[in-house]
Amino acid sequence: MPLPRGGAYNAGTMATDTVEQLHAEALRGLAEAADARALDAWRIEILGRKGRLTSVLRGLAELSIDERRSVGAAANALKAELEAAFDERAEELRRASFAATLASDRIDVTLPARPHRRGGLHPVTQMTERILDAFRSMGFSVVEGPEVELDYYNFEALRIPADHPARDMWDTLWVDETVDGRRPLLLRTHTSPAQIRTMEQQQPPIRVAVPGKAYRFEATDTTHEWQMTQIEVLAVDEGLSMAHLKGTLLELMRRLFGRERQVRLQCSYFPFVEPGAEVAVDCFVCSGAGCHTCHQTGWIEMMGAGMVHPEIIESMGFDSARYTGFAAGMGVERLAMQAFGVDDIRYFYQNDLRLLQQF
Amino acid sequence: MRLSLKWLSEYVDLRVTPEELAAKLTHAGLAVDAIVRTGDWGPEIRVGRVSAVDPHPNADRLRLATVEISAEETHRVVCGAPNIAAGQKIAFAVVGARVRDGHSGKDAVLKPAVIRGVESAGMVLSEYELRLSEDHEGILVLPESAPLGAPLSDVIGDVIFELSVTPNRADWLSVLGIAREVAALTGAEVREPPVDYGEAGAPIKGRVTVDIDAPDLCRRYVATLIEGITIGPSPAWMQERLVALGQRPINNVVDITNYVMLELGQPLHAFDYDEVAAGHIIVRRAREGERFTTLDNEERALAPDMLVIADERGAVALAGVIGGLESEVTERTVNVLLEAANFAGAGIRRTSAALRARSEASARFEKGLPPELAMIASKRATRLFVGLCGGKAATGAVDVFPGKKRDARVEVPRERIARVLGIDPPVSKVRSVLGSLGFSARWVPPDRYVVRVPYWRPDVRIGDDIAEEVARIIGYDEIPAALLAGSIPAPIAQPRRELRERARRMLADAGMREVIAYSTTTLEALRRVMPAEDLAIYPPYRLVNPISAEHAYLRPTLRASILQTLASNLRYQKGEVAIFEAARVFLRPDDRPADAGRPFGEERQPDERERIIAAVTGRRADRWGRPGEESVDFFDAKAYAGALFHGLNVDVTFAPVDEYGFTPGRTAAICAGEARLGVIGQVHPDVAGAFDIAQDVYVFEVALEALLPLAGGDRKLAPVPRFPAVEQDLALIVDEDTPAGTLQEAIESSSLVRSAQVFDVYRGDQVPEGKKSVAFAVAYQSPDHTLTDDEVAKAQRKILERLRREFSAEQRGA
Repeated sequence: MPLPRGGAYNAGTMATDTVEQLHAEALRGLAEAADARALDAWRIEILGRKGRLTSVLRGLAELSIDERRSVGAAANALKAELEAAFDERAEELRRASFAATLASDRIDVTLPARPHRRGGLHPVTQMTERILDAFRSMGFSVVEGPEVELDYYNFEALRIPADHPARDMWDTLWVDETVDGRRPLLLRTHTSPAQIRTMEQQQPPIRVAVPGKAYRFEATDTTHEWQMTQIEVLAVDEGLSMAHLKGTLLELMRRLFGRERQVRLQCSYFPFVEPGAEVAVDCFVCSGAGCHTCHQTGWIEMMGAGMVHPEIIESMGFDSARYTGFAAGMGVERLAMQAFGVDDIRYFYQNDLRLLQQF
Repeated sequence: MRLSLKWLSEYVDLRVTPEELAAKLTHAGLAVDAIVRTGDWGPEIRVGRVSAVDPHPNADRLRLATVEISAEETHRVVCGAPNIAAGQKIAFAVVGARVRDGHSGKDAVLKPAVIRGVESAGMVLSEYELRLSEDHEGILVLPESAPLGAPLSDVIGDVIFELSVTPNRADWLSVLGIAREVAALTGAEVREPPVDYGEAGAPIKGRVTVDIDAPDLCRRYVATLIEGITIGPSPAWMQERLVALGQRPINNVVDITNYVMLELGQPLHAFDYDEVAAGHIIVRRAREGERFTTLDNEERALAPDMLVIADERGAVALAGVIGGLESEVTERTVNVLLEAANFAGAGIRRTSAALRARSEASARFEKGLPPELAMIASKRATRLFVGLCGGKAATGAVDVFPGKKRDARVEVPRERIARVLGIDPPVSKVRSVLGSLGFSARWVPPDRYVVRVPYWRPDVRIGDDIAEEVARIIGYDEIPAALLAGSIPAPIAQPRRELRERARRMLADAGMREVIAYSTTTLEALRRVMPAEDLAIYPPYRLVNPISAEHAYLRPTLRASILQTLASNLRYQKGEVAIFEAARVFLRPDDRPADAGRPFGEERQPDERERIIAAVTGRRADRWGRPGEESVDFFDAKAYAGALFHGLNVDVTFAPVDEYGFTPGRTAAICAGEARLGVIGQVHPDVAGAFDIAQDVYVFEVALEALLPLAGGDRKLAPVPRFPAVEQDLALIVDEDTPAGTLQEAIESSSLVRSAQVFDVYRGDQVPEGKKSVAFAVAYQSPDHTLTDDEVAKAQRKILERLRREFSAEQRGA
């Protein structure tokens, strides 16, 4: 549509653009505005309250109704067009300026992060919690017992009376306290006293996992430490068999070392269980083929276990014909060594932060 | 226990490889720890005979040996061994054999050589080159019986198992006992060694008498008499077997007693019959104050609970433990009184432990031997005496057997086996398994077995023992894995443990590193961190037999340990170190009376208390994580402690306190209301110095038991304020010793104040001497309307009035 001419009637005051003229000049000016300041100046000159477009719109009042209609429509269209063009140009300039900033102000993303103190739990604590989590998920409660234990709980009640040869299986650190010429106190050599203490307190069904420190009078080397952390598990109920023992330990091993793990039970002897078992897991390094980790056997010895001796069930006041139970005792450090690739058990209590900080 | 497969094969055919056999035994409960091959040599090493020894033409110390391997094959080699002699049977290696090289110590293939101008193709071997021992002084001389030309492996090769025998299986401390196990596991038959002998001598009756005065300690005593023996070395085959099992050959008499002990598991003792007064053996308890010289020439003081073998003059042996010097068999002995007795295990164990005289014999007795074995071993040894020592056995034996019992029978329902094992093996299987082990199981319809237990298995007493026998022979692998079913027991609350574990995680999350130290310490370390009076009044628990002096006392405090741990790390850690330990301390309980209904000594058990100890030291990190200019201070430690208490939702206050081992003016009690939860502060530089720490260390310690009643409450949500807060700064001039915390508490007690936060503490210009300026950002806010300026001004006036009144505080710049 050809734009009507105007302006002749405005002579004498400020020269008023024709719509057509304004259209061309404004767009040219906008394209020439190269930065935010120029853009702002353009906005004031063209779109401002006293700007040229406003003048055109004001000038409409002086036109005839017909003219007003046609010129007015064109002027309003121009207004919309210029405002849109302004927004577009503004966005264009903003992007260009951001791009320029980025080009000149890149950060080196490989620089180190701002230091933030990282703490952490001891690997033995971490492994303890992983094991306990597995047992909790199987309905076991976590309980604890004393570290300075009585001969009664550590040995006698577990069918290891004084002068029993099985005492040699646990070299004992004795506490220098005497009562009537006898020494009743020792550092517990295992967490198995928890079996007795738990059955004193609880009625079947029982499912407990008992973590804690244990101590042995033992020379230390890469696989032996005189202070250790053990977890004892005990379940007593009607109808528990070695199959449940095996299933429970299989579940534990799978949670710790992968779903494809297998466990193997072999006969062993502990006075407080019958039958007794040594429990091994198939080597998760070589999956049974034989490697350094499993000493070429394909299996890694993990713990002792067995069915709670019926005489112990009876001595705790339960009917051994009705209730059976299983127990297992595992060394947390041994499991942590396997899981974390630690080749010297003594690292755990040396507390060298250069080692601990890796966890 | 060491086991020679060669010896074993005398009693049972070995149908599987040593490795398979080891796996089967281990599975059945007899753990094979190691398999050692002695003599795993190739066919190039054979038995030869030295037919001639001639001088070496060019060397005085070398000789030329002619070795015959067969009628067609002879070799002439250079040999340097001083003991080589014509006629000897020796081990000979031809070129191509693998032997240990004398120089490198490694195996090498033997090559032809020219030694001092003489060609030498082959070698007469020493024990060293055969890897039998480290001895390369002379060549190995084989027994004359070694067949010429036979591969050496067939002649002296053996496989030795190193076994871990569990304390319930005394029968496994014998080659025959293991043979029985092997037979059961491989379906073979056991060949028992012969025990019969000709009784060519006069009757024993009247010449040997035995009285058992202590039938509770001696269940059986069998004596035989062998007269006219000649003391000398035992035959080579016997010596070889003894050596293979780790026993040193001594003479034929002693060797036979050791041999039968290893073969059958029954310890024996040979007395010089002529040194036993009137041939009268008395088995009795030692007398009060009795002294006795054992054959290791040590005079020992005996106690009345020890059992001795005596004649009418006095003790001649310490029963089951060690013999006496005077009645010992010597080179002059011609008549032997052989003892095969059964002593109570506990008594033997007590005696051997008390006298520190543990022996192969005591190790077997203490595990509990069957009395039936005494007679069998007596016959077996007497047979060997007759055969190997040239003696005549007296007719008859003296057999005093006060402890005779009926054969053991165990009744076990089929259902019990299934209940315990989780599998229900068929009757025929159970019977055949038990039969293979020497049990006889009778099926009593409809539901049970009656099992007769062989004499050598006194460990089997109850039905579950039978179940184990069945399972270990069938194989534990047959037992399926089943998941636990049934109702899940109600969880048992352990608030102390749960709190400790939460605390651990919070400190770790806050940036601290957990350590776990030994539960033990030294008095010296404790003296640095505890007042001498406390140590005197509540002495720490001492161990009787600590691993070392460093571990002699149980920790009554964790403070020494954490400083030791810190000190050992500071050599490597230059930046901030923040560590903690959560562990028990062992405290003396209040005096408690013994409770007759409770286990012995319970009243003396320590109070085990849970403590958390934390230590912070070193320089804070700069932007790059390197140790920066500033060292950590009290407030870093307070931040870690704060994270703990915030995490546990416990409001605590810090009040200045003096604490042993801490720096005055830099130490606070951590309190919650009236309860003191712990302490925080700078370790006194002298104390740090005593642990070889030269930098400032800040420590906090929390008693978990004090925290327990306060912790664990859930947070209650406070609504987000609907009306805006007005923030104003308030700087106060107060006395130097006015704690900021007290001022804050006072400001926050105004109902219109939501919070007051310290943002500056200033001393210097415009602040008088002895005063300080503490600036608070105070946020005024009302839950139900927007505060007007007037309200805020009025509230601030009231606050200032109170601060002026209570703390002589003035508003700075007012």
